[in-house]
Amino acid sequence: MFKPPEPARLSKEKIPKYKASRVPETIFRTQGVTKVYQTGAVKVFALAGVDLSLYAGELTVLLGPSGSGKSTLLNILGGLDHATEGRVWFRDLELTNMPDRGLTRYRRDHVGFVFQFYNLVPSLTARENVQLVTDVSLDPMPAEEALALVGLGARMDHFPSEMSGGEQQRVAIARAIAKRPEILLCDEPTGALDSTTGVQVLEVLQDINERFGTTTVIITHNAEIQRMAHRVIQFQDGKISSVSTNEHRLEPAQIVW
Amino acid sequence: MQALDRKLLRDFKRLWKQAFAISMVLACGVAILLTALGMYKALSDTRETYYERNRFAEVFSAVQRAPDRLAAELAAIDGVWAVETRAVGNTVLDIPGSDVSATARILSLPVDGAPRLNVPIVKTGRLPNPSATNEVMVNANFAIANGFGLGDYFFANLNGQKRALTITGTAQSPEFIYTIGPGAIMPDNATFGIIWMPQPAVAAAFDMTGAFNDVSLTLTAGAQTVNVIDAVDRLLDPYGSLGAYGRDLHPSDSFIDAEIKQLRTMASILPPIFFGISAFLVSMVMGRIIALERSQIGLLKAVGYSDLEICLHYLMLAGLIAILGIAIGWFTGGWLARLLASQYAQYFDFPFLIFSTSPWVYAVSGIAALLTTTLGAAQAAIKAARLAPAIAMQPPAPPQFKRSLIDRAMVAAKLSQPTIMILRSLLRWPVRSALTTLGLALAVSTIVSPSFFDYALDKIVDSAFYESARQDAMLVLSHEMPENVLGTAAALPAVLQVEGQQYHPVILRNGNHEKRTSIQASRPNTDLSRVIDSDGKQINAPPGGVVLTDRLAAHLRVGVGDQVDAKFLGGRQETHALTVTGTVEQYFGIGAYMDLEYANQLLRQSTRISLVNVSLNDAEVTDLHARLKDIPNLVGIVMMTDTRRSFSETIEQSIGVMNTVYIVIALLITIGVTYNGARIQLSERSRELASLRILGFTRAEVSYILIGETMLLSVLAQPLGWWIGAVIATAMANGFSSDLYSMPLVLHPAIFAKASFVVLLASFGSVMLVRRRLDKQNLVSVMKVRE
Repeated sequence: MFKPPEPARLSKEKIPKYKASRVPETIFRTQGVTKVYQTGAVKVFALAGVDLSLYAGELTVLLGPSGSGKSTLLNILGGLDHATEGRVWFRDLELTNMPDRGLTRYRRDHVGFVFQFYNLVPSLTARENVQLVTDVSLDPMPAEEALALVGLGARMDHFPSEMSGGEQQRVAIARAIAKRPEILLCDEPTGALDSTTGVQVLEVLQDINERFGTTTVIITHNAEIQRMAHRVIQFQDGKISSVSTNEHRLEPAQIVW
Repeated sequence: MQALDRKLLRDFKRLWKQAFAISMVLACGVAILLTALGMYKALSDTRETYYERNRFAEVFSAVQRAPDRLAAELAAIDGVWAVETRAVGNTVLDIPGSDVSATARILSLPVDGAPRLNVPIVKTGRLPNPSATNEVMVNANFAIANGFGLGDYFFANLNGQKRALTITGTAQSPEFIYTIGPGAIMPDNATFGIIWMPQPAVAAAFDMTGAFNDVSLTLTAGAQTVNVIDAVDRLLDPYGSLGAYGRDLHPSDSFIDAEIKQLRTMASILPPIFFGISAFLVSMVMGRIIALERSQIGLLKAVGYSDLEICLHYLMLAGLIAILGIAIGWFTGGWLARLLASQYAQYFDFPFLIFSTSPWVYAVSGIAALLTTTLGAAQAAIKAARLAPAIAMQPPAPPQFKRSLIDRAMVAAKLSQPTIMILRSLLRWPVRSALTTLGLALAVSTIVSPSFFDYALDKIVDSAFYESARQDAMLVLSHEMPENVLGTAAALPAVLQVEGQQYHPVILRNGNHEKRTSIQASRPNTDLSRVIDSDGKQINAPPGGVVLTDRLAAHLRVGVGDQVDAKFLGGRQETHALTVTGTVEQYFGIGAYMDLEYANQLLRQSTRISLVNVSLNDAEVTDLHARLKDIPNLVGIVMMTDTRRSFSETIEQSIGVMNTVYIVIALLITIGVTYNGARIQLSERSRELASLRILGFTRAEVSYILIGETMLLSVLAQPLGWWIGAVIATAMANGFSSDLYSMPLVLHPAIFAKASFVVLLASFGSVMLVRRRLDKQNLVSVMKVRE
């Protein structure tokens, strides 16, 4: 049974500065989300009761060591996986026990994904990789526009094998934003990149967030990246260990690792 | 075009070698189905149309001499639509410029013009003038084989008189689609011809004025052939009927019928094997593609593609393989069917060929191919659709290997690590290993099963031509003659040895089981034409009974000591009860054997013969031919030396073609199975093999793992393939056995050796092609690639 989050708890969380003038719209809400993986006789708790709210237009960084449950949460928010226990809402839409068909619809209409290993289709060019998404979206931007936004207007007809890691990741971002998603979920988007290329990718993500107000979640175990976020959520052993708000955000260019 | 469709086309382009190997196997199935069905339809349609257009009769009977007035009575039989009576006879020809004696069958043409039944098609020239006594029309193939043109002439012995006959035309006839001379077992257009001649001339030559000795009838719709045959027999029996029979026993038609049935069998046995193998290959390759594209599938799902869209995407990849296979199959099948059908048309002497492979034949073969590939891909495609996106994007868990007794055995046997890797992988995927073995076994069996023909026919030829029929020539007499004619035969040039034989056309009956055949009567312990059982022992039919070939005895349901009723056709139409004194196993025919003197005593006549077997001095054979041309009482001369040679040549030729076709098929299967298997193995093991190389294994050692697995399965496939081949060969031997001959099952070790050699070599070649990719592997990049 749905219980609205306690007001006291909401008030404890600092409302982001950029929308201080009005109450921010909640995009995601989770309640006691648990995820258990059963391997043989061993039960592994990937998530052990996570309560969380994410707000419209917010750029949130999920931070934590490997195996702390960040990716599992992202997969559940993105409709790629079901929670073992607990409940999840996207706006008023409850994702908790949504059947596969509904989740597919949800992903198609609302979510953009960016992965650590880009996950581009090697047999398709940059433009075609983006078209893979625009082909099935309701109101997409042209693939060319999406690629121009990530600074790849000149390399649209290159195959993934002909591009650098940073370029491939930017194609992945273009693919994610081409459908004009409300949410952009990024799992270690800079994890496979060197620092310079990584910064370029972060710049693109920030640009998208600011330009379209896309709610953006970035998973990383790189502590430096947290400094560009509106809000930082720390994970430890499948639980949220702390939530903090950045009073002074850094530009990606100022981040070094 | 949608991006997903573009991915499909590029994937297909990347996989083209594997796809092509599968498509070729599939194409084989499609092509054989199309060829067999196409030819089946072409031959049966052509035959049907030819028969209808040229009014081929439905009931036939020969009679010794029946008066013309009987024609009206025959026409009055219930169910008879039309009757045609003819005078027919056999004769020896003297062809100017030819050393070899030829024989011919002469048919009368009605005085009022062209025949109403069995209408010949005039190919060149015209029908003979009805009143002319020296004009004839001959069958076109005979004219071609002897280089005759219109206006050319040859001599014929017509009842003791040698006459020059001028050719006015050439023709083809539905009665002689397959033409074979008396006593011969192979068609030979040069030495046996069909001659159409005006009725008065034939009647005069064969003493048939006011009479006929051959009748053909067509029936009204719905008439019962059996009833008409009975009625015809009742009318003709007093005049020495040889028994009426339907189309099924007509020599030309029954031969074509056997061929058409064989095509239908081929269409139902072979293609399913190819479709099955294609389905397996598709399933193997698709399974691997989906394993490799795991993360892409995860991505597609993450961005919102539905299960159905993903399932269809992979099914369409299989669909492209099917389309390629169908296209190749349709193209080659259509071409082959046309080519073979036109060859059949020539071989069988059809005047035209109705070749219209109807759309349904294409549709059936296409749908069958599409269905099998879809079925093969279904499991993999469904698996792709069911992959949970979050799991799909993670690297797959390493395959689970479990310790088993076999592992302990492998360790105890002190096998090397690479060998253990090979064996573990085979045991880890037992279904795949088993199906690969089965596929290769089928390739082996494809070569084994038809190869036995070669040896079987050798054995038949050996037994029939060298053990049993040892004469150099058979001289067929125009009618039975006293045994002293042997003296005349012995005096002919080149003749070294003579023996007489008598043939009685009979119907043997036991209760309601009956068979039309002929009894061969000879003196005991003949030397030239002997009855030999399967052990090579000479059998003499003792006086007082009859010896039957085992197939005939089985058909009549009689054994040694039982009685059969023999109706001796022609002559007085007497029926005698004969005791079966023995049965003999033979490859050719369904003959029955009697003692010459006993047979003649039974018929209350002095000993007579209808055929003279001779052995010859080769040096004087030309002189013999020159003399035979002038002997009036001969109707057939069968040069057994020529028959043996042409029989062996024909068999060698057709078996050579057949063996080549089957070897090509086996190669396609082997390459399809091993190439794809090795490619998949390489893809699954690339990291493993690269790791070994980095650890210091040599190329040869690493290749051993790749080649070892494939070759081990190939070797395991051999005994299974031999066994399947032997089972199919047994079925084929049974299937090919007919009244005409029984096919011995000779499984010579060389057959198995040949099959294994071809398949093992082809597997080795295919896996070596894949091995080359191993050399090109960049070790560092392979290790970097994320699964």
